[in-house]
Amino acid sequence: MRIVCPFCGERELGEFTYLGDAKPVRPAAGASHDEVFDYVYLRDNIAGETSEHWYHGGGCRAWLKITRNTLTHEISSVEPAAGVGAAKVGA
Amino acid sequence: MKYSIFSLARAAFSGHKNWQRTWRDASPKDHYDVVIIGGGGHGLATAWFLASEYGIRNVAVLEKGWIGSGNAGRNTTIIRSNYGLPGNTGFYELSMKLWERMEQDLNYNTMVSQRGVINLYHSDAQRDAYARRGNTMRINGIDVELLDLAAVKKMMPFLNFDNARFPVQGGLLQRRGGTARHDAVVWGYAHAASALGVDIIQNCEVTGFSRDANGKVTGVETTRGTIGAGKVGMAVAGSSSRVAAMAGLRLPIESHVLQAFVSEAIKPLIPNVMTFGAGHFYVSQSDKGGLVFGGDIDGYNSYAQRGNMPVMEDVCEGGMALMPMIGRVRLLRQWGGIMDMSMDGSPIIDKTPVDGLYLNAGWCYGGFKATPGSGFVFAHLLARDEPHMEAARFRLDRFRRGAMIDEKGVGAQPNLH
Repeated sequence: MRIVCPFCGERELGEFTYLGDAKPVRPAAGASHDEVFDYVYLRDNIAGETSEHWYHGGGCRAWLKITRNTLTHEISSVEPAAGVGAAKVGA
Repeated sequence: MKYSIFSLARAAFSGHKNWQRTWRDASPKDHYDVVIIGGGGHGLATAWFLASEYGIRNVAVLEKGWIGSGNAGRNTTIIRSNYGLPGNTGFYELSMKLWERMEQDLNYNTMVSQRGVINLYHSDAQRDAYARRGNTMRINGIDVELLDLAAVKKMMPFLNFDNARFPVQGGLLQRRGGTARHDAVVWGYAHAASALGVDIIQNCEVTGFSRDANGKVTGVETTRGTIGAGKVGMAVAGSSSRVAAMAGLRLPIESHVLQAFVSEAIKPLIPNVMTFGAGHFYVSQSDKGGLVFGGDIDGYNSYAQRGNMPVMEDVCEGGMALMPMIGRVRLLRQWGGIMDMSMDGSPIIDKTPVDGLYLNAGWCYGGFKATPGSGFVFAHLLARDEPHMEAARFRLDRFRRGAMIDEKGVGAQPNLH
């Protein structure tokens, strides 16, 4: 598996760190117990195409949102995640 | 078919041409008291304990491929009970005791070899942590010894003791730990369960659950037709989320890939199972002579049953730090298995919120050693509808209650367990 970083080009996997599924959104302060439990512990754990957050710690140190197939490891898109990475490209 | 020295001699004198099948390859009946999904070690062990301990013999084990084709045949075959947290300590010791009598129980040679498991330590802080874990084990009646440097040198003189960065200072040794032949464990449980009337049904993939008006599970839909069931137990680690999703459940689990490696065969070298304490590398030597070793999971969600180079490199670096002489040994083969990584690194054995559906999941990368214990407590749960005493903490609702069993202490981040 190699990842084409939008800032650095194609790099080997060892430069990247995995955070996980990009879908869960942190609940607002004051959210219910159920919403927090769901966010912290439950996962869709999809077999197939899924979007996830990776960190390019061995390169530009940007957070990336990567669409990847968990059955084949095939990567179909890599884009800057909101935050630091997005600010870098003016998104 | 009963195995003994006489059956072996008889077969030997007839050129080993008259061995009979050791278990029945069954076709599905319309209805069973209990249907187990998953023909790996845990599923087959569950069926055997249901039949032998709890008197429930109208049982089917459904397997998508062939029995033992998943993680049961993809692990590094280590057995041990050196855990430190309440919940784990007692459960894994129950499992260890079942390993010790498995061959007699099953009338099958599963090649259980109590060659010892040693965790090496490389700093004063790590020694103290190991001493603490060792004390916890001893309080619970489990054998363990804290070895100093001289004792480790005597036992394993081939290690690199001149490593300035991570000097070997000693190790925590559980002499009753060791290895077992993983395929034989699968075949042994199949042999013994089949003899008690359990139907083992291969090439039978579950595609859905049959439910009645109240939502109770009444059977499973499979590629070989609908099979009715009083109760359904899932033992499909790696695919737990996918099967649970068919019943509308979301689990506190991510699927990750763990790689394992075997070198070419060399003369007897490593007398036990040992782990490098300054990285993640563990190794034993198979009876055929290959070094069987592994390390961390790759760290990203995967169902692909294969890993990538960075972890392979990391594992081999760990091996080289510990025993530089293996640098000339060639890697023979390498593979990946899919792990149910739970949110606290510990398993889940419980009823689900869906009536009639029972869950045995979340084994992370430690499922093999748990095989007999897991089968025993899951059979108890299925037969009695209440958790076995030694599995009472492995509840599905423990995450909601904040009662995690987090042996590594890294929180709800499955790829770090």
